[in-house]
Amino acid sequence: MALSQALPRPAVPELRELAGRARPISLARDRLLPVLPALADLLPEAGLRRGTTLGVTGGPGHSGATSTALALVAASSAAGTWCAAVGMPALGAVAAAELGVDLAHLALVPSAGPQWATVAAALLDALDIVMVQPPSLVRSADARRLSARARERGSVLLVLEPAGRTRWPEAPRVRVRVEGGRWQGLGRGHGRLTARQVEMVVDGRGTASRERRAKLWLPAPSGGVERV
Amino acid sequence: MSKALAATRTLVLWCPDWAVAAAGIPPEVPAAVLMANRVEVCSRKARAEGVSRGLRRREAQARCPDLVVLEHDPGRDARAFEPVVAAAASFTPRVEVIRPGVCAFATRGPSRYFGGDKALLARVVRTASRAAEEATRAGAGQGGVRVGIADGLFAAALAARAAVNGGMVVPAGGSAAFLFPFPVVALERPELADLLTRLGIQTLGELAALPAADVLARFGPDGATAHRMARGLEDRPVSGRTPPPDLVVSRELDPPAARVDTAAFAAKALASELHERLQDLGLACTRVRVEAETDHGERLSSLWRHHGPLTAGAMAERVRWQLDGWLRGDVPVGSTGVTGGAGAAGGAGAAAEAPGWEEATAGIVLLRLAAEEVVVDHGRQLGFWGGSAEGDERAARALARVQGMLGPEGVVTAVVGGGRGPGEQVRFVPWGDPREPARPIDSPWPGRVPAPAPTLVPSPPTRAEVADEGWINVRVTGRGRLSAPPARLSVGEGQWEGVEAWAGPWPAGPIPGRRRDGSGLPAGSGRRPLVGRGGLRLM
Repeated sequence: MALSQALPRPAVPELRELAGRARPISLARDRLLPVLPALADLLPEAGLRRGTTLGVTGGPGHSGATSTALALVAASSAAGTWCAAVGMPALGAVAAAELGVDLAHLALVPSAGPQWATVAAALLDALDIVMVQPPSLVRSADARRLSARARERGSVLLVLEPAGRTRWPEAPRVRVRVEGGRWQGLGRGHGRLTARQVEMVVDGRGTASRERRAKLWLPAPSGGVERV
Repeated sequence: MSKALAATRTLVLWCPDWAVAAAGIPPEVPAAVLMANRVEVCSRKARAEGVSRGLRRREAQARCPDLVVLEHDPGRDARAFEPVVAAAASFTPRVEVIRPGVCAFATRGPSRYFGGDKALLARVVRTASRAAEEATRAGAGQGGVRVGIADGLFAAALAARAAVNGGMVVPAGGSAAFLFPFPVVALERPELADLLTRLGIQTLGELAALPAADVLARFGPDGATAHRMARGLEDRPVSGRTPPPDLVVSRELDPPAARVDTAAFAAKALASELHERLQDLGLACTRVRVEAETDHGERLSSLWRHHGPLTAGAMAERVRWQLDGWLRGDVPVGSTGVTGGAGAAGGAGAAAEAPGWEEATAGIVLLRLAAEEVVVDHGRQLGFWGGSAEGDERAARALARVQGMLGPEGVVTAVVGGGRGPGEQVRFVPWGDPREPARPIDSPWPGRVPAPAPTLVPSPPTRAEVADEGWINVRVTGRGRLSAPPARLSVGEGQWEGVEAWAGPWPAGPIPGRRRDGSGLPAGSGRRPLVGRGGLRLM
């Protein structure tokens, strides 16, 4: 009220033009969601590029996929983006919080049943990151539609798959794999788990076609994720 | 004295012996209304015969043999009084009914409009007398209608009682002087009045002359209130009968709406109607109940919550999603869906309903929206360039939409609270509900599982088997020790794997006691007993 009175009339269109110029133009690197520093140089663009689909696979014998997905999401979640986890009823919220995920901005759809793809599509519309664990083999039409929606809406789709069983029919742009997890801190009859060493392998298509691998503490003895 | 307690200029309308008049007894007949076998109210004629309040029935009948005895019926009194209240309400809408026979309103506005207290009083007496006569079918009521105007409810009520000819106006600021000669019994606090009389304080004037602090110290808050009343100050302001706002809107649909888009169209209009009504009252709705009735007589109802005020559009959207859930079976695939692509992505034709989710079997004939929870509308401040507020709003809408598909419990957020095991610490709250932990997080939790917490917490826990070198199941003894060092492990009846390292067990309960035989370690106790090959963790 006071502003419009204080300014002469023609100032309003000028202001509008200024607002148009000041509005952030989204450069390719601005369309990146941050990741934890330990993971940055593993990913082709040092972050999660909006509009892409990432596949996360656990290593043989154990999962590790959930920890990896949470680690990938942690930094952007802490920065205030909205995340959702669809079809992950056993997700450990305490572990997510320890890795730095903001639980207030993490929506959980534990059991979407056969409607999981509809739910994921609805969430990709509005949220920044959607983690999906498909309950069974995904029809390629659904997979294409979800990837297309993520691309169109500028959100990130993380697909979690159990080791050795491919459920996502499309080749994702970036594939994150965990190999050889070893826990520390436990002896024969004494001690407690403190940290786990894993090897993370990232490959895929386009800029991600060169394979990158690194040894990581996931989680590190101090919590969080660190390079070995 | 706080300003709120300064006396408001008040008009009190009093119909003497209302309970008798309400029963339709003419004034020349002696009558009494009895409650618990004692006279509660009696007519003027009966009073002249010696009947008074508090007498037993037999005693009253002895004094006045042709006494008409009436039973106490507050409902009858209130019903008969309603036309009188309506007559008073023609002067101002904010009329407070104190009890059947007595009502009051603040005179500031009406008095100015009708040209002063005296003019207002004359009009009120005339209108109310006519209404009272009609209501009681008893010719000229019992004592007619008496009206008093004074500063404060108490003084006005006494003025009405003291009025000789229809009404009495105590001049502004004159309440204290007017009240001065009245006996303390007029306070209608029998115990206090009795005590005051025995202490030698006979009149309200004498009570008013005492220092307020001393009265409070000696007689407590009740005495302090009486003291304020005696000084002509307000014990409480006249609250007035504000008509309760009607926050329900409904619409009949003819022909019945069998398709979501038809019903949603009506819902949109309903939502904006409700929103406008709320806005006129300066309110915003945070919880709305959506109700629908179908052609088959089914009544469907569901509650939608929102962490912030619901706009008309947001309300209409929620009704639409709800209708989508109810009418899903009837909708041809792809006709509306949730929105185009999203509806088709999961194969909307599957039409799988979440358990416990009701569904309409016929078209909707009635749609009703009720604002269940309202807050004062403070408006909404958006970010300067849209920004995060816009994103939050989008996310909230998407999550509410998913709730429309799966039910309110379908979308949850996790809240970490106190507790020992990683499963125990987490509470899942439906999206939109307040995020409060189940247990206080700041209390000490001795024996809490230290970080790192497991990333997978299956609920219910997965069954696991642990065996020693000789393929004999490892058990936990009564002293909380293992029967043998574990060497092999099978989770969920899967393959047996070797155990590399282990620790524990840590009993979860106060006493380990007897464990289920064969299941080995306290699986599901929220402890981390073992590590198998490849770092598999057991919970």
